[in-house]
Amino acid sequence: MRTLDSVFGIAGTALNAQTVRLNTTASNLANATTVAKSEGEAFRAKRTVFKALVKEEMTNAGFQYQGGVKVDQVVDDPTPIRSIYDPGNPSADENGYVYLSNVNEMQEMVEMMAASRSYQNNVEVVNTARQLMMRTIEITKS
Amino acid sequence: MDLLTGAFGIHERALGVRSQRLEVLSRNIANADTPNYKAEELDFKAMLKETSREYISATHAKHYAALEEQADNGQRYRVPFNSSFDGNTVEIHVEQAQFGQAAADYQTTLNFLENRISGIRKALKGE
Repeated sequence: MRTLDSVFGIAGTALNAQTVRLNTTASNLANATTVAKSEGEAFRAKRTVFKALVKEEMTNAGFQYQGGVKVDQVVDDPTPIRSIYDPGNPSADENGYVYLSNVNEMQEMVEMMAASRSYQNNVEVVNTARQLMMRTIEITKS
Repeated sequence: MDLLTGAFGIHERALGVRSQRLEVLSRNIANADTPNYKAEELDFKAMLKETSREYISATHAKHYAALEEQADNGQRYRVPFNSSFDGNTVEIHVEQAQFGQAAADYQTTLNFLENRISGIRKALKGE
């Protein structure tokens, strides 16, 4: 029979996924002002794509299916790269242009808030499950 | 012996169903940001019916096997209030409210069980 145990596992996968999302946001913000010599080298904002864990592909072979979420892939933001004329910059190309990253700070802050809220939600799930479990253990004391 | 086997009544099974509901809701909350994820829900009534149903089995070679009814595991999909752009039907505030309710339901069942246990304990002690 399924017990409250799996709730911890499910919330755990979500905490993990949201941490990865927070990490990519931090990396994006850190590279917001990075400039590059060419459009190809310019930093592109990373986005995590989540995927629900389905029965066919379990996290650990041999363990019972419990579900949850995982980071399926990390993709580049398709927003076009901007270039500015800055001949004094050491990274400027032969025409004096540098290529900025396509990170939008505003969007990253929103993403950060969303990730941290989702993380908090899952922490709350773990807390509730823990309390219920402790009460269940104490059932014999009644 | 009859006193103890049926002592907990429906609450014993209900506790299992309640914890399973918590699991389904926690899966929804975990997948709140997953594209194309469809929020699930359990039909409590259908599940209890399912756990209490006794299947008719063929005990003799000349018995006809009973027609197997489609097993209903109580799994349902939630209908969202608003559709979202990425095909995800988890509405986090709905899930949070449901999770709170499910936790309260679980505690209610626990309370019933505790009452039964203390009742039996009293009977055993002869107080």
